[in-house]
Amino acid sequence: MHLYNLTLQPPTAVTQAIVGNFSGARQQEIIVSHGTRLELLRPDVQTGKLSTVIATDVFGSIRSLAAFRLTGSTKDYAIVGSDSGRIIILDYDPKTSSFVKLHQETFGKSGARRIVPGQYLATDPKGRSVMISAMEKAKLVYILNRDAAANLTISSPLEAHKNSAIIHHIVGLDVGFENPLYAALEVDYSESDQDPTGEAFNNAEKMLTYYELDLGLNHVVRKWSEPTDPRANLLVQVPGGQVASSDRFDGPSGVLVCCEDHIIYRHMDRPQHRVPIPRRQHPLEDPERGIIIVAAVMHKMKGAFFFLLQSEDGDLYKVTIEHEEDEVRALKIKYFDTVPVASSLCILKSGFLFVASEFGNHYLYQFQKLGDDDNEPEFSSTSYPSFGMANSSSPLPHAHFRPRGLDNLALADEVESLDPILDSKVMNLLPNSDTPQIFTACGRGARSSFRMLRHGLDVEESVSSELPGIPNAVWTTKRREDDPFDSYIILSFVNGTLVLSIGETIEEVQDTGFLSSAPTLAVQQIGADALLQVHPHGIRHVLADHRVNEWRVPQGKTIVTATTNKRQVVVALSSAELVYFELDLDGQLNEYQDRKAMGSTVLALSVAEVPEGRQRTPYLAVGCEDQTVRIISLDPESTLEIISLQALTAPPSAICIADMLDASINKTQPTMFVNIGLQNGVLLRTVLDPINGQLTDTRTRFLGTRPIRLVRVTIQKNPAILALSSRSWLNYTHQNLMHFTPLIFENLDYAWSFSAELSPEGLIGIAGSVLRIFQVPKLGMKLKQDAIPLSYTPRKFISHPTNRYFYLIEGDHRVAGEPAVAKRLQELRQAGKMIDDEMLELPVEVFGRPKAPAGTWASAIRIIDPVEAKTVAVIPLDNNEAAFSLAVVPFSARDGDLHLVVGTAADTFLSPRSCSSGYLRTYKFTDDGAGLELLHKTETDDVPLAVMGFQGRLVAGVGKALRIYDIGKKKLLRKVENKTFSTAIVSLNTQGSRIIVGDMQESIHFAVYKAPENRLLIFADDTSPRWIAAATMVDYNTIVASDRFGNVFVNRLDSKVSDQVDDDPTGAGILHEKGQLMGAPHKTQMLCHFHVGDLVTSIHKVSLVAGGREVLLYTGLHGTVGILVPFVSKEDVDFISTLEQHMRTEQGSLVGRDHLSWRGYYTPVKAVVDGDLCETYARLPGSKQSAIAGELDRTVGEVLKKLEQLRVTASGF
Amino acid sequence: MSSELRYTANTQLEHLHARYTGTGHADLTKYDWLTHQHRDTLSSIVGHPTLTSYLAIADGESIGRVKFEMTERMLQPCGPPPRKDED
Repeated sequence: MHLYNLTLQPPTAVTQAIVGNFSGARQQEIIVSHGTRLELLRPDVQTGKLSTVIATDVFGSIRSLAAFRLTGSTKDYAIVGSDSGRIIILDYDPKTSSFVKLHQETFGKSGARRIVPGQYLATDPKGRSVMISAMEKAKLVYILNRDAAANLTISSPLEAHKNSAIIHHIVGLDVGFENPLYAALEVDYSESDQDPTGEAFNNAEKMLTYYELDLGLNHVVRKWSEPTDPRANLLVQVPGGQVASSDRFDGPSGVLVCCEDHIIYRHMDRPQHRVPIPRRQHPLEDPERGIIIVAAVMHKMKGAFFFLLQSEDGDLYKVTIEHEEDEVRALKIKYFDTVPVASSLCILKSGFLFVASEFGNHYLYQFQKLGDDDNEPEFSSTSYPSFGMANSSSPLPHAHFRPRGLDNLALADEVESLDPILDSKVMNLLPNSDTPQIFTACGRGARSSFRMLRHGLDVEESVSSELPGIPNAVWTTKRREDDPFDSYIILSFVNGTLVLSIGETIEEVQDTGFLSSAPTLAVQQIGADALLQVHPHGIRHVLADHRVNEWRVPQGKTIVTATTNKRQVVVALSSAELVYFELDLDGQLNEYQDRKAMGSTVLALSVAEVPEGRQRTPYLAVGCEDQTVRIISLDPESTLEIISLQALTAPPSAICIADMLDASINKTQPTMFVNIGLQNGVLLRTVLDPINGQLTDTRTRFLGTRPIRLVRVTIQKNPAILALSSRSWLNYTHQNLMHFTPLIFENLDYAWSFSAELSPEGLIGIAGSVLRIFQVPKLGMKLKQDAIPLSYTPRKFISHPTNRYFYLIEGDHRVAGEPAVAKRLQELRQAGKMIDDEMLELPVEVFGRPKAPAGTWASAIRIIDPVEAKTVAVIPLDNNEAAFSLAVVPFSARDGDLHLVVGTAADTFLSPRSCSSGYLRTYKFTDDGAGLELLHKTETDDVPLAVMGFQGRLVAGVGKALRIYDIGKKKLLRKVENKTFSTAIVSLNTQGSRIIVGDMQESIHFAVYKAPENRLLIFADDTSPRWIAAATMVDYNTIVASDRFGNVFVNRLDSKVSDQVDDDPTGAGILHEKGQLMGAPHKTQMLCHFHVGDLVTSIHKVSLVAGGREVLLYTGLHGTVGILVPFVSKEDVDFISTLEQHMRTEQGSLVGRDHLSWRGYYTPVKAVVDGDLCETYARLPGSKQSAIAGELDRTVGEVLKKLEQLRVTASGF
Repeated sequence: MSSELRYTANTQLEHLHARYTGTGHADLTKYDWLTHQHRDTLSSIVGHPTLTSYLAIADGESIGRVKFEMTERMLQPCGPPPRKDED
């Protein structure tokens, strides 16, 4: 087996975000790290929308990011710390729209290791140096400078190591132009490692240490080290240094040390200031629980600065420092607003706040005000003795605030994110859909959602209006060449034409010069200010003064099809003749003296737009009934001569020539594509050579079951093609590459561009007798999402075999369930406490639920109707029970009646795993599945993490035990068990009497149930320990599984062993076989192995294209959706693997990680080709492309075609 | 490094151990080994974004809190060291 890995939807989680002027323009941009991917986002200051400029896979794991600017420069660079053991400086090149690696300095081994730097990055605010640090001991400082040619230079590293020190955080201090200074939060473990009494551990001090880079001596010294709060976790830079011109201090310099419950201002030899982190005034808030700051951002404005700190509940605090020169007078903190918990916060100078959420969608907010003059209580260090440091080891009294809705911020934009995907199913449930949808359970806590993903572009409809009849075509046109917007909509019916004018309202007009008594074949704004209508009996050329020049078709003939552009008109007559017209310089339409007889009925014609500055386009494509397409010259020297011919497999229904940019073919110039739609629904796309008119590089794609219609449209000022069949597809250029994506919209019969004041970039289409005006807002999106909100983190869901509902279990740790909350409130009320009801009514999606101690759970079973996109019913679980697994089981003891079994546990603790009791809840379906009725609860001794129906009974993985249960009157009855699993059973699959069990730490086990002897036996397992996250059977002997470290692998059992086990009726043979390597007697073989880079949470064997091959689709925790496609032939394997090898050498990873070692992170990659790497072939420079293609004995076009074909046939994407 | 070790093992070994924290040697105690393992694991969890997300979801805490608690635990992941016998 050989697999090809393709990412359909790259990860959407943001692990870090930085802001800067990366393109060197005046506008600020944001670079976000998606863990294994870098993306540059540009906020539009006017509309407040974020758009992606570029996104690139880095083939490595990004651990830290920092923006950096040389003194006096206007351009920021991005510094990346990764798991490559290298420091990388990236420059965004706006010309080529790509990241350019400026420097790559190796300092250590690859991998996210303890003492190899890369975890933390700190830069000097004046842009002179950067510190990169590991989790322990190692810190390196690089001096950055510019050479004579103003290029960025990097020095060799200077060490600032400290042995046996655990580093919590580092930050660069703002000291103006004095020697660069870095602060680190460190804990030394050498003493506590030696002290058996544990006293040294208890007294371990967290040190705030300053490291000074002496630029004169070129070395780093430890300048100052003082103990600080033992629960400090984060440092924030405080502005400092003098303005050169005025001697005034920008700020006091130093750092904010964010600790549990407190913020401390700290600087060398200066008094400290401490304020408490205000807590929510929530009646259920646990006063014992500490609050830490998880994200922080400092913002400097003219002459002032402030900090926004975010607590782990999502509350933003505004922190200000009152200072006189460089002396701090007071540290103040107040509540600002509440936004989702962020992994990074970015403030833009244009007044926006980008919140990169740690889970779920990301948000862009606009500042309405800065919380300066409101009634929010402010806590100042001056109100406490010695600025809050009188007794620094004991906490300050709690400060409180009342959380409220957004006041200082307003939402500007939202970026959809699937992160985290916890479970998924792939099914085709929608009516009229020929491709399956991906259903995902996403999100965390109260912001969770259940999403349906459909392949296609989202469409926004603005107008939909009923027409008197069913038109067969629609056009829009301007009146003059330089009009900004369209003036007329022309609708062609079977026996007439209707002209509508676009103004404040859309109404019918008569005096346009168009013939209304006949259908229309083509409409064109021609020349400077004339209009043209082609109808079956002639051509009307309507001049600006409403005079009409009409050309009439000879008697007995009609026009069957026509094509036009601004200067040329070609019509095909029913006698299979072509008539060519061209506009002369006086604006007269002249017929070419000869007519061209084609010999076969012409079905479709197309000319391209006139290239800028030219008289005409030199080629005409003619599709004839004899299943050919001919390219005919329109050049004055060889007018109407046939240049080339292409044979087709079916009669053409439409042709469209368009000049579109596709960087994989030509980086700078648009390529002329001839798109040929066939009557059988297949689209051919060929490249027309502009020099000799030959057709090359044909690609085919099946679009739908109806004959194709093709329309040239304009999308975001670029030419695009709309292909209409039983689905509507858009072929467009996005980020310089060609995309072909279906529109998620009603089937259109015809469409055209539509540009009016309110919708400058719209499209107009007809579907039956309805006229629709719509836009495509988000280009580049491949999957459209529709979400249903959930109340807790989803865990798993399943579909019902007969009805359409999904059954989903959700649950949250450290959250009290509704019954528990009600009980607690009752107690508080009885104790005479005042309950602030307003606090209880705060929306939980925004504010979250109050944190409860470990071992507290809130959980529910939810029934979802995925087609209607709504929740049908929710069954909350009480008694601190949480659901962990579920299955639909047809119990044969109940005549195969379907039951829902949910594995739950009460008072569950995660580490070490324990519960007061596990339960198997058995439910009966009521109301055709819309409701559940609890039959009984069966107690178990451990948490049932996996359950599954098996031969009319239930098989459950209860902790280390695999058991088979049958249904009884009051309980499930245990029939057989096997307790030899090592950790805990997390996944179950079955086929026949075989059960494939995934152990939490010990990989996949093959077990068999021998009914005659009622034995459950393990007969094969894996040689390597694996922390299984998901597993699915590929066939009877083969299983694909993923582990917690981002690997996917395929294991196969020897078919001889398989037969031998199946032939043994009692299982006695297995029972008496000798175990191997302290495990089962037989071992599976690993066939394939691949490191995805995201934790794979579910795998399915599905076919994504109607009638296509089955592929393995997986979803990743960070929002990845990818597929593993089996290769069909040995030639393909050889070809693609060789291409991959070449790509590895040509296209180095952006973070300097060796591709082969990245894909073989834990175990060497085996029999899987990285399609994502291969597809970057399209972005290589032309010379490299042809060099690689030459090595492969192919042309560049053939390589690209192969890559596209692999993607399209497997996924349709 | 193996050839380096072969010829200059005794003089260089100490230096190498000081340089590469976490490498084992012949006299390593069970406690030391375990502590190194745990510290390596904890820093690997903090260093891999997917693992911190995974733990944060399971535990119902924020990613920032998970990273903080993991780093804190690196100080003494396996409890105090065993008492050394005097003889």
